[in-house]
Amino acid sequence: MFFFFIMHNVKKRSFELTNTLIIVPGYNEAKSIGDVINNILEQKQNYDILVINDCSNDETSQIARRIAKCKVIDLPINLGVGGAVQTGFKYAYNNGYSYAVQFDGDGQHNASEIGKILTPVQNNEADVVIGSRFLTKETSYRSTFARRKGIYIFRILNLLFIKQIITDNTSGFRAYNKKAIKFLTYNYPQDYPEPESVVILGRNDFVIKEISVKMNERKNGRSSINGLKIPYYMFKVLLSVIMTSLRKRNNYVK
Amino acid sequence: MLNSVDTDRIQYFAIAGSILLMIFIVELIRRKKIKEQYSLLWLFFSVVFIILAFWRNGIEVISDFIGISYAPAAFLLILVMAIFLVLIQYSILISKLSEDIKVLVQEIALLKEKVENQKNKDK
Repeated sequence: MFFFFIMHNVKKRSFELTNTLIIVPGYNEAKSIGDVINNILEQKQNYDILVINDCSNDETSQIARRIAKCKVIDLPINLGVGGAVQTGFKYAYNNGYSYAVQFDGDGQHNASEIGKILTPVQNNEADVVIGSRFLTKETSYRSTFARRKGIYIFRILNLLFIKQIITDNTSGFRAYNKKAIKFLTYNYPQDYPEPESVVILGRNDFVIKEISVKMNERKNGRSSINGLKIPYYMFKVLLSVIMTSLRKRNNYVK
Repeated sequence: MLNSVDTDRIQYFAIAGSILLMIFIVELIRRKKIKEQYSLLWLFFSVVFIILAFWRNGIEVISDFIGISYAPAAFLLILVMAIFLVLIQYSILISKLSEDIKVLVQEIALLKEKVENQKNKDK
């Protein structure tokens, strides 16, 4: 009986070793989601993978569910990428994960670089690590003119508001520690969250670090931001970044 | 010809109209079609309209005070202000509702996952 009790505890302990959750938000990513998950599994690390299907019209959820080691959460209503990722933070917080990595479902990010952006949070050097395309000049990543200009504007705003240059504000490849996860379960923008969340985190004294990563050009589909959404996106994000910096710190749930 | 218009008549219509508005709002609250907290602005402005309907020189006093030379414009200003305030209140309400819905959607999704997980474990 006692032996059984010890065995039970050992079993439990080994289960808890997986302390890192990879959050993969996906909206109509049926073409890429399978490859993305398999790439993460190929790393042979003890990561748990959680796909947040943001009410897709395609087979995103079914494809992810076919992969046994992958957990899937289906949102009953489309919330936007911020709302989806935040669901992942809530899951990570509820289940006691120490680290969370946000990893886009469109195949833009390389799973082999997850370890690289996790290292600084694991070593307590930062609360948040952002995988950046633009940290080193040699990068071959080509983005559109509008996007480059947008990123440049956010860079200046960041310098103004959080006194730190973040080279790649729109990057959705990020690692967080427990403290940041807990904070973000309450404070995360619902749509176009990336630039805004940098300011929210910076204003609340989270240590942000950037690590250079390589991103792949989009294989399937185009950016979700196109046409008339571009000016809307710019003004919405600009407004929320400025409003964030005008709010008092104690406006946020810690 | 202008003098032959009975200017008292418009006052009767104004009084009747503004009182009807008040009764309509109160009735909606009584039938629980509007919650009390969202009816306050409507009630406030229906009281303002009743006062203006009884007080004949009211509009002129107000327009003189804020420097409007054409008195009816002051009335339109008050009307537009009333509509603006109600609409802004709606924007606040919609924002709150959409935030509430977001939280509910997330909680439902998390709970669903938990239930499925439990079911698989029981099997």
